[in-house]
Amino acid sequence: MATATIDWGANQQRPLRSLLPGGISLNVDLPLLLTMLAITGFGFIVLYSAVGENGSLLLRQAVRCGVGLCAFLVLAQVPPKYLRAFTPWVFCGVFGLLLLVMVDGQVGKGAQRWLSLGVVSFQPSEFMKLAVPLMVAWFMHDRSLPPTLPQVAVLVLIVLVPALLIARQPDLGTALLVVAAGSLTILLTGVSKRIIAAVGLVGLVSAPIAWQFMLDYQRARVFTFLNPESDPLGAGYNIIQSKIAIGSGGLFGKGWLNGTQAHLEFLPERSTDFIFAVMAEEFGLMGLLLLLALYLVLVGRGLFIALAAQDTFTRLVAGSLTLTFFVYVFVNAGMVSGLLPIVGVPLPLVSAGGTSMVTLMAGFGMLAAISGQKKRLAA
Amino acid sequence: MENAERPLKDQMREQKLFQSRVIACAVGVLLLTAMLVGRLVQLQVVDTQHFTELSEGNRIRTAPLAPTRGLIFDRNGLLIAENLPTWQLVAVPEEIDDLDGTLNALTRLDLLTDVDLEELAGSVRSRLGFERVTLGNLSESQAARFAVRRHRYPGVDIQEGLVRHYPYAGAGVHAVGYVGSISSEDLELIDRGEYAATSQIGKTGVERSYESVLHGQVGYRQQEVNAQGRVLLDPAMTEGGENQPSLLTRWPTPGRHLILSIDMRLQLAGARAMGVQRGAAVAIDPRNGDLLALISTPGFDPNRFAAGLSRNDYVALTTDPDNPLFNRALSGRYPPGSTIKPMLGLAALHHESVDPHEDHYCGGSYRLPGSTHRYRDWRPQGHGAMNLHSAIVESCDVYFYQLAVELGIDSLGSSLTAFGFGAPTGIDISGEAAGIVPSREWKRQQFANPADQVWFPGETVIAGIGQGYTQVTPLQLAHASAAVAASGQRFRPRLLIGTEDAVSGAFEQAEPVEADPVHVADESHWQMIQDAMFGVTNEPSGSGLTAMLGTPYTVAGKTGTAQVFSVGQDEEYDEENIDERLRDHGLFVAFAPFDAPEIAVAVVVENGGGGNRAAGPVARAILDAYFGIEDHGDSYD
Repeated sequence: MATATIDWGANQQRPLRSLLPGGISLNVDLPLLLTMLAITGFGFIVLYSAVGENGSLLLRQAVRCGVGLCAFLVLAQVPPKYLRAFTPWVFCGVFGLLLLVMVDGQVGKGAQRWLSLGVVSFQPSEFMKLAVPLMVAWFMHDRSLPPTLPQVAVLVLIVLVPALLIARQPDLGTALLVVAAGSLTILLTGVSKRIIAAVGLVGLVSAPIAWQFMLDYQRARVFTFLNPESDPLGAGYNIIQSKIAIGSGGLFGKGWLNGTQAHLEFLPERSTDFIFAVMAEEFGLMGLLLLLALYLVLVGRGLFIALAAQDTFTRLVAGSLTLTFFVYVFVNAGMVSGLLPIVGVPLPLVSAGGTSMVTLMAGFGMLAAISGQKKRLAA
Repeated sequence: MENAERPLKDQMREQKLFQSRVIACAVGVLLLTAMLVGRLVQLQVVDTQHFTELSEGNRIRTAPLAPTRGLIFDRNGLLIAENLPTWQLVAVPEEIDDLDGTLNALTRLDLLTDVDLEELAGSVRSRLGFERVTLGNLSESQAARFAVRRHRYPGVDIQEGLVRHYPYAGAGVHAVGYVGSISSEDLELIDRGEYAATSQIGKTGVERSYESVLHGQVGYRQQEVNAQGRVLLDPAMTEGGENQPSLLTRWPTPGRHLILSIDMRLQLAGARAMGVQRGAAVAIDPRNGDLLALISTPGFDPNRFAAGLSRNDYVALTTDPDNPLFNRALSGRYPPGSTIKPMLGLAALHHESVDPHEDHYCGGSYRLPGSTHRYRDWRPQGHGAMNLHSAIVESCDVYFYQLAVELGIDSLGSSLTAFGFGAPTGIDISGEAAGIVPSREWKRQQFANPADQVWFPGETVIAGIGQGYTQVTPLQLAHASAAVAASGQRFRPRLLIGTEDAVSGAFEQAEPVEADPVHVADESHWQMIQDAMFGVTNEPSGSGLTAMLGTPYTVAGKTGTAQVFSVGQDEEYDEENIDERLRDHGLFVAFAPFDAPEIAVAVVVENGGGGNRAAGPVARAILDAYFGIEDHGDSYD
């Protein structure tokens, strides 16, 4: 098949499978891929402005994007049943690495979270964001839904044990994101509303206790969030400047490459965590609405794939990958605009650097694989 | 029928349930997005006037201030790493009329060396016009030379800063380490905010492992800038600027000073005795694990890294055949040779596989029962009747061939493990090698080919004299010798004994950390082995006698000679190449004073020949320095 028709899934009579000549079929979910590329492209335009036209940084970002695309294309070809078979091993492997970090990790940023493999250092906790929802889905795949109370207990352990290890590194931000990813998956298993209410209540009650266990710098972040003006030289400075950047952008923005906050170096972390503010300053509310719309299209497509998936495992994986993606968007935009305290979460598919770009695209590769499987079944 | 229908029903129900949850989540997504949009509308539409005014009036920029790096002292308070003023040549692009001409003139003045002018010009042009760009570092004389000509080069200026300096240059470099420019890999590991004003970071040794202690905390200052971002007023940089009430400054917190266990007198004496030879020497206090000296030669000058090493110089260092960057004391793996005989003797006593008083005849070679292969002693004519004591004193190989066979490779290996061989010692700097303690299990895992996985009896024989697969680091050897000296008590080797607050001077001590002690069946065995090591350096027939002749302190020791041949080679090799002994590694371990040991030393001299001749004088020099003997002359040679 040579022509590409965007099929939003309502009927599966003409599945788009073959993009390559010579009968080699390559499974890509075109709506997913195109939206992802549109966001990444928009991201590049903003990044170009944010880094002051620094070529080597842009090149590195392009390389990461290329690696991410490869991960997408490769994972999109893996039938979900293999993914399911590998899940326990992946989870145990990442968990083992996490334990290794506790013993042998390099101390970076005053926290033990990096593992060095010769030349490459990486944070195993990053991979837990994917491994935990996969493991929850794997545990439920041959059990009937909704989970019974003992099963819920096991699921909670699958989420909480790695999260507590990460929190002890200490990396509270990542720990909370792992909890978010895991909890969303558990929510999707259809766990009863009474249990959700009970867990919520326990969470509320235990918040003051958690406060006791938090480190000084973690508490400082919460204080800074509540009152940025209390620390105008340190952490508060970031959020003050970021709000000025967003607010002064107005409806239509100051124009590309014209953001004074970004270009006169008032805005910190311009190319990474605070790139949303650069976008807000230069493209205004209209630019942000376009970006949010693209994100919503991606989330909508992901949820659609989840709804159309044929078995428990793929349903849960597709649903949780999509919802977790939205959580990243919300947490980053919320923190930059002063809705949430500052946690080190990059803006998905836009921020420069880190493993974020690659792991996100890998996640979308899994989504594409799940959507492709459904088509294969239908065909 | 009912059984077949049931899963189908559940399937339907499950799908319904999942759908309801997805819809609930989708509603949640929309609500949160609406909240976000609401917030953005508030900032960008409702309050935009307020923020636009703030943005246009944004004239206060926060700039980071670098903390002063903590100093490093030896145990006696000698300064081994300090911060010296440095001068950087900086350019302000918009004030330079003819950039290429200026750069060429600076090169002719010998102020810009070893740079690609075109690349430099490109990087200057890529900056904003009023930004200061660093052109290069200047020495004191270069700075003076430029200072008198400054008026000829508008837009070029000197900027003062601090650079790390090591007064003893290469003498302690493999323990102290060095700092260098922050690389992109370093950036991944640090809090960029904390290092916003810092340009250098610890790369190896103590400088790296205690980076977070040494670095301190970043400060901030507010600068007043104009609408184009040009700095108008900077209180931290302007005379009396601190009094500017509207601008805030938070001064940085300097890093803490480190007090190391190293004694520079020993460090220097050992390095001097090593001379141009390649090797390593480690001295350790058996009572607490303090490393008194940690020497690896050849060394290199860490000041060159701190000042910024040119690419050519770096390539020269990395391609030097003597590999000066390699930390032989921690990462060098050597066959221990006879230096482990005292520990093997102890193991045989513990396992009761030897009667220490029974004589065995050494005729110059050993044969396994039922084999014709002869394992030679280092003394061709043999040592005659030997018991455990005299076999250690004279370093008889034949006695230990037999001892190893009777002990068996499994007990032999586990006793070496108990002394800390085959695993990192846990020293507080990185780069440690584990070494190898051979065993049947190790060999099974090491080789892919099943034929190679079999343990041969002959391999046990040579393990008895520290040859074959066994590999140890000089640090492990010193650590194990300290355990022998302390009758089995062990401490984790450490370089840091305390830290000091740079402002208040408050001292915080680091407590010694105990390691698993070496257990023996009978405590009197320690005395037996220690006495034999005393014999090595004190009895007329002792193999280490000449190295320690006439010491005013009591000393026990053990010599070692390690043949340099690759493992797994035909065992006939050493028979045919008897003339190549010159290429052997020389080893020496010692501890003193004998009755209450305060220092244990291990020395390895690569390709230095016999242990007594090559490594002995280095051990002697370090011990002499410890006991305050300035110059021991030629009395030991």
